[in-house]
Amino acid sequence: MEFFKIKKDIPFMSYGKVTTSISLITFLLAVFFLATRGLNFGVDFTGGTVMEVHYSQSADLEKVRGKLSEIGLHDSVVQNFGSSKDVLIQVPLKQNTVGAKLSDNVLEALRVQDASVELRRVEFVGPQVGKDLVENGAMALLLVSLGIVGYLWIRFEWKFGLAAIIANLHDVVIILGFFAFFQWEFSLSVLAAVLAVLGYSVNESVVVFDRIRENFKKMRKTEVAEIIDNAITRTMSRTIITHGCTQMMVTSMLFLGGATLHYFALALTIGILFSIYSSVLVASPLLMIFGVSREDFIKPEKTEAEEVLP
Amino acid sequence: MNHYPIWKYLLILFAIVAGLVYALPNLYGESPAVQVLPLRSNLKADTVLLQRVEEALQSAQIQPEVMSLEATSIKVRFADTDSQLKAKDALHAALGDDYVVALNLLSRSPQWLTNLNALPMYLGLDLRGGVHFLMQVDMKAALDKAAESTSSDIRSTLREANIPYAGVTREVNAITTKFRDADARRKGEAELKQRFAGLDFVSSEVAGEFLLVANLKPQEKLRIQESAVQQNLVTLRNRVNELGVAEPVIQQQGVDRVVVQLPGVQDTARAKDILGRTATLEVRLVDDEHQIGAGGVAPFGTEIFKDRDGTALVVKKSVILTGERINDAQPGFDSRNNEAAVHINLDAVGARKFKEATRENVGKRMAIILFEKGRGEVVTAPVIREEIGGGRVQISGQMDTAESQNTALLLRAGALAAPMEIIEERTVGPSLGAENIERGFNSTKIGFIAIAVFMIVYYLMFGTISVLALGANLLLLVALLSMLQATLTLPGMAAIALTLGMAIDSNVLINERIREELRNGVPPQMAIHTGYENAFATILDSNITTLIAGIALFMFGSGPIKGFAVVLCLGILTSMFSAVLVSRALVNLFYGRKVRLNKVAIG
Repeated sequence: MEFFKIKKDIPFMSYGKVTTSISLITFLLAVFFLATRGLNFGVDFTGGTVMEVHYSQSADLEKVRGKLSEIGLHDSVVQNFGSSKDVLIQVPLKQNTVGAKLSDNVLEALRVQDASVELRRVEFVGPQVGKDLVENGAMALLLVSLGIVGYLWIRFEWKFGLAAIIANLHDVVIILGFFAFFQWEFSLSVLAAVLAVLGYSVNESVVVFDRIRENFKKMRKTEVAEIIDNAITRTMSRTIITHGCTQMMVTSMLFLGGATLHYFALALTIGILFSIYSSVLVASPLLMIFGVSREDFIKPEKTEAEEVLP
Repeated sequence: MNHYPIWKYLLILFAIVAGLVYALPNLYGESPAVQVLPLRSNLKADTVLLQRVEEALQSAQIQPEVMSLEATSIKVRFADTDSQLKAKDALHAALGDDYVVALNLLSRSPQWLTNLNALPMYLGLDLRGGVHFLMQVDMKAALDKAAESTSSDIRSTLREANIPYAGVTREVNAITTKFRDADARRKGEAELKQRFAGLDFVSSEVAGEFLLVANLKPQEKLRIQESAVQQNLVTLRNRVNELGVAEPVIQQQGVDRVVVQLPGVQDTARAKDILGRTATLEVRLVDDEHQIGAGGVAPFGTEIFKDRDGTALVVKKSVILTGERINDAQPGFDSRNNEAAVHINLDAVGARKFKEATRENVGKRMAIILFEKGRGEVVTAPVIREEIGGGRVQISGQMDTAESQNTALLLRAGALAAPMEIIEERTVGPSLGAENIERGFNSTKIGFIAIAVFMIVYYLMFGTISVLALGANLLLLVALLSMLQATLTLPGMAAIALTLGMAIDSNVLINERIREELRNGVPPQMAIHTGYENAFATILDSNITTLIAGIALFMFGSGPIKGFAVVLCLGILTSMFSAVLVSRALVNLFYGRKVRLNKVAIG
């Protein structure tokens, strides 16, 4: 079986203007939503208390809300979580005057109301921790970017490193844009997924770059644009199949992994889809713009060149 | 062309067999168990204790599955949770307070695997259930406390040396000593410099007073902070022992933070209560001579504290002893009148100070004050009957047995050198933990099956080989995680799934290359060879970039991210091995020996 029997190279580079404007528009949209709506940071970053409780029967959310108001927690969010028997309670940090003790007080109050309530999970994050996590996340992002640029610089050329990292940061911004637009919760595991996408989607660019380098050595008389087109066309089948396989795993997590893994898998899905696009249609045009040439790989050998030339 | 030397096959075979052995314990699952740990250092886990445990279980008619004696504890495994709980109560009754009887889970894997050090993966709190706390040590308070005790030491030093001084005052960390004349100050400075190596002294004259200002040296501050964290770690360990947790983790994190992980703890309120008892103990004299001033103002040099009944007491500011001088405290009975009492054992310095204080203050009262979050409460304020030497102290009177036990626990668990606050909590109930395992396992399983079906349909024989290599990857990854006993969390399980999804990339690259070569008319054997050769550089590059991301995540990630990063990094290593070496070995075995190979099944 074979999905991709492409006889002629697809002239990707001649679509350059179109694809660049498409990615520029999506990128700007993502930035726009990030700026106007902002990310819906989870408790990991903002601090606060999240509790998941389980009842033996369907829970009456109004009663739970009433009870929480009774003990002074008016701004808490109470919602069903997964099933009608599971309830998620979120209390913002500013209402919390007792720190880690809050969850015990809440549970005690709920027990009075219904003895069957069972504590499933508590997350309490103090204000000091959230700040650290944001800083560490930013540091990790920076370090990954620098590491990748550095490696590609050594392995290929600085132009490749720069093109790859711009393409991938473009993916990252778009993932964040999605999270801002839909106001999905941005938690620590989503951050992990974003950083993993950064490492993963660079693969994509690397595979194409490898081919470009190989083509420069093999196809001596071909134009740079054609060389890139050929490299993309010939790696296309691999690109789609690999991402398809990874996506199968991620989809499985998206639907079967439960609530904790849901947004993690969602971030990966967006990241995978856009990394296919960006590695082909962002990284490669950028490479052209940076003026990649055969001389980047092959030191011109004078004597041989003279023989070849008429 | 497509042959491996025999040693390469053997190496791969060895890796796979070792992988099987070390991954095996994960299949047996875990059983409820009870762990018995001696609390005091003079008690040992030995055959005598094993005998006692056995007898206790026998008399309670509980049938253990396996009993084992380990370096520091005895572990007993049971068939079900019911007998586990019964055994815990029976053992606690039989052994008393000198031993911790903790609930635990033990692997059901056979003894020969355990002897090989093959253990199941170490599950994180989000998978097995338990509590995770991050606590912050209040460094400002630690320094305050050190400065306060230094200023009282300065007073006593000057007094002992017979150097006249007009007063010692403290403002934050600066301790100012007033002298009447320059001569006294010179003497005082010489004396103090000799005694306090950790202080910087500056002299000045203000409004005709001769001042000597002492400040903590920077390195002294660091030392105080470091030792405050260390002491808090020790104290927390003691407190956790009182909780009876099988495998607690208590570690320093960063400069001023402590991580406490208590697997299997379900009563989080109690855990928080005992850990969060950010208590510091101080022994001070009660000032019965002065009355509380108008409007509740404390007389000069004293503070007002309330006891448990709410009665106010005037207590002197100077501290005789702090909690760290207490070696041990046990509940017991007064030998004279059989009243409930607490027996305290002080260390050498504490004993000396206590002797001095009691000699000078017979007939007066001393207060033991417990500070929680800056608020002091008088635990007890007994009358000093006589000079007490030797460091053995007994507190009795107006206590019932429960109260004496409680007080002893507070004293024994020791005081924290500086207050601590819980700044992060993650609690996962046991049922959610089990659910998380199931979800993580299921999504990996379904994803794996989907990939396997697709690869076999699309690449036929080569797809089958790729799937086998992917299976080897999973096996090696699980084996490696079990061997290293790295903590597996839910994000870690996600990383297993993700690395499997990503690892197939290497095989797709190889298979596509081979197809391409075949399309160009290269004979099959040659196509396989160049396919693998050409794909390798690409595989290496793309894996290294992912590895860079993994390492950065590991360095800067905390908690769940770290768990993810560890598995991601290990998964990249195993996938390189399996996708390149294992799949090549299989291809070589299958096709490499055929001399005339006209066609390969690659779809």
